[in-house]
Amino acid sequence: METAMAILTGLFFAVSIYLMLSRHIIRILLGVAILSNAVNLTIFTNGRITREVPPIIPEGKAFPVEAVANPLPQALVLTAIVIAFAFFAFLLVLVFRSYQELGTDDTDEMREAEPPNEPAPPLGY
Amino acid sequence: MTFYALFVPFVAAIFAPALTRLFKHNAAWILALAPAGLFLHFLGFVEGVAAGERFTGGVRWLPSFNVNFSWFVDGLSLTFALLISGIGTLIVLYSGGYLKGHRHQGRFFSFILMFMGAMQGLVLSDSFLMLFVFWELTSITSFLLIGFNHAEERSRRSAIQALVVTGLGGLSLLAGLLMIWNITGLSELSLLLASGDLLRDSPFYLAAFVLVLGGCFTKSAQFPLHFWLPNAMEAPTPVSAYLHSATMVKAGVYLLMRLNPAMGDTVPWETVLPVFGGATLIAGTLLAVRQTDLKLMLAYTTMASLGLLVMLTGFGTEKAIEGAILYLVAHSMFKGCLFMVAGNVDHGTGTRDITRLGGLMTAMPLTFGAAILAALSMGGLPPFFGFLAKEEMYYGLASLDPWSLTFLAVAMVGNGLMFAVGFAVAIKPFFGPKVETPEHPHEGPVLLWAGPVVLAVAGLFSALFSSEFHRLISNPMAGAVAGHDADITISVVPHLGTALYLSLATVALGIAFYLGFDRLRSGMAGLLTAIGWGPDRGFDQVIDGIVRLSTVVTRWVQNGRMEYYVTATFILLVLAIFIPMGLADEWPELPEFPTLFFYEWAVILIAALGLLAVVWAKDRLTAIVSLGIQGFAVAVLFMLMGAPDLSFTQFMVETLSVVILALAMTRLRLSPQDPRSWAQFFLDGAIALASGAGFTLLLLAVLATEFNAELTEFFNTYSVQIAHGRNIVNVILVDFRGIDTFGEIAVVMVSGLAILALIRVLPKRRAANAAAPTKEVAEPIQEAG
Repeated sequence: METAMAILTGLFFAVSIYLMLSRHIIRILLGVAILSNAVNLTIFTNGRITREVPPIIPEGKAFPVEAVANPLPQALVLTAIVIAFAFFAFLLVLVFRSYQELGTDDTDEMREAEPPNEPAPPLGY
Repeated sequence: MTFYALFVPFVAAIFAPALTRLFKHNAAWILALAPAGLFLHFLGFVEGVAAGERFTGGVRWLPSFNVNFSWFVDGLSLTFALLISGIGTLIVLYSGGYLKGHRHQGRFFSFILMFMGAMQGLVLSDSFLMLFVFWELTSITSFLLIGFNHAEERSRRSAIQALVVTGLGGLSLLAGLLMIWNITGLSELSLLLASGDLLRDSPFYLAAFVLVLGGCFTKSAQFPLHFWLPNAMEAPTPVSAYLHSATMVKAGVYLLMRLNPAMGDTVPWETVLPVFGGATLIAGTLLAVRQTDLKLMLAYTTMASLGLLVMLTGFGTEKAIEGAILYLVAHSMFKGCLFMVAGNVDHGTGTRDITRLGGLMTAMPLTFGAAILAALSMGGLPPFFGFLAKEEMYYGLASLDPWSLTFLAVAMVGNGLMFAVGFAVAIKPFFGPKVETPEHPHEGPVLLWAGPVVLAVAGLFSALFSSEFHRLISNPMAGAVAGHDADITISVVPHLGTALYLSLATVALGIAFYLGFDRLRSGMAGLLTAIGWGPDRGFDQVIDGIVRLSTVVTRWVQNGRMEYYVTATFILLVLAIFIPMGLADEWPELPEFPTLFFYEWAVILIAALGLLAVVWAKDRLTAIVSLGIQGFAVAVLFMLMGAPDLSFTQFMVETLSVVILALAMTRLRLSPQDPRSWAQFFLDGAIALASGAGFTLLLLAVLATEFNAELTEFFNTYSVQIAHGRNIVNVILVDFRGIDTFGEIAVVMVSGLAILALIRVLPKRRAANAAAPTKEVAEPIQEAG
């Protein structure tokens, strides 16, 4: 199971990085969304995998009775999912607004901060 | 008491602007109380130090690193402290007159008092780090003072130049001090001085020596690092008189003298110091002759004097050291005085050009008197203090071996030239026919002439009462520098002997130079034009070069194309994964083919298909839907692996993402094609595949290691016992890591606010055709777990 998950995680990373390498902002956004899944899967798989038994302690017991899934990575990933979503939403609005403002979706044409033919800084004091 | 005295000038600096606003230039009288009080405070140490005592004190600063904020007073630091506070008092008064009515006079007072505090701290420091801090502080305050007329480019250039040169020297000094600290294990000067040959015998002595010299030579303007000092004359004249002749530039000499007992008496010390000092002496005097500006002439002779001091400090004989300390005291008095004279001439006539001045004797009698007395001291004529210094130094240098004879000749030529320059400054503007000057020549107010007159008279009286002066000041100081008791007996009564003959020869040489002054100047001017390049121009070339280089590097590294940044980032990521793995040979074992249930295979396959569909999507809708597919597949995977909470959250988040994305995308007109060339496609593909493979390998390597279940056991064991919850994941989130969850909610809220701001703030030019905001996004999503 872990081996399969490792390979799948690698695929998630490859796809998200390929998308992020695009000059197309909406594809970069998709890449970021997939990257959060890739990272979550990595954390989850690192905590080892137990099938189908959620980490819940039955009524009347003080400890889990059988081998349950590792709760720690679940808690971490839960936090990560929510933050990643907030980030994704912010990024989306940023993309949306920058498209409105700059009228382009090509990162090469977004040169407001670093214009292409910026003059050399002046010599002297 | 002395500990608090260290802060007095800084406190005065804080109140200076307000006082100046209240009392205009008369604030000088009040502000001068600070240095005057310090002067009296330090006078209280004189008797004790003369009796051989040393005073120390301070507080522990960083006890864990054995760093103390500690001061100590011996003959050397006491003399410096007296010079700094004494001349400081006169300078504060002088600036009151000199900058009368200047818009920023309060700021000037503030800067100069800050400098005074820094310089005083420097000479009283015991611990290395405190010494370094004050050392840098003098560089910074000097920068502020040189650039005081910041509206002029020349001032800015000089200020930056001084800061760069002395700042680099400061770094070198820091390295040197840390090295000494490492070699000896001592972090305090007072302990270092008592450590005997510990430092000298170390194999790292030479490195420490060179690094410390880097600091001293830049600060004390030794050739070829001298060029910043004449340029520093852009500062108002009180600054030149105080920082760039009497005090700050002597910091390097101070440190050399201070370290002499611990680092001196070695072959490198006694070779490098005299050679560089001698070269500085000759270069400084020759360049001084070339100038026609009074201040520049004095500036170059200051550089020459510093060279002389370094030469004498390193020469190695006891008399040479005594000569050095006498000359140091004499120089502070006559040079400070002459600078103020130059300032007065400038103030009274509107020019400092020596060829355009003449006949000022009757118009400025007090200034003239001070100038003559100072020049007599500078020329080394009895009965002035400069005479004592020169006699003593000739005693120190006179010997018949070729090495000594060389330096004797250097000292004589240097002194002769300084004699000529000194008298040129003191005589040419005052004698001869009256020359038309931009302003009608007049004597300034008492604030202007008090300083030079006091210093000039001090140069006379200290010589007349030389035996008392030696007992109280010179002997303790020479003792501190030499490392054992000294006994200076020289007085104004000339004794027939080698030194006197040498003095007479120097005076004859000086008169000869003075008579041929104009010819000498034109000769030097011709020579310098012929050479054409100097370190000053070199500095400009270096700075321009740095600007050009950084432009090229910035263009290359930060070219404004995001694609380039992202590519570089991920290439580095690939390298960061593979290189350590390859070097440590930690490739994971080839795992066995996974055995999975068919439905697990199915979900994994769906996720993979969703991912590939996102990549190949030709239109927006496909892309959004495929994104949803991989997200839901992940949710199902979580479900299958015993994480229902995760699964629900993931379902919700993916649903929302797809909805928001669909809403936003309908408002964007995006090109359907991913515009990549084939080369780009292969490069990006290769990077993506390599990083994917890298993560897989990394994960496999991690999975092959033994799992440490300690934390998991903890949560499993205590979930019910401590937190009374049965869903362990939830217990972790809201209890064990409750603060983390709180932070997470804060992040979501902040991003919600940021989104709101982005949507609401519309520039006017676009406001008309802007689309309605997507409100859904603005709502922070509550966490599902």
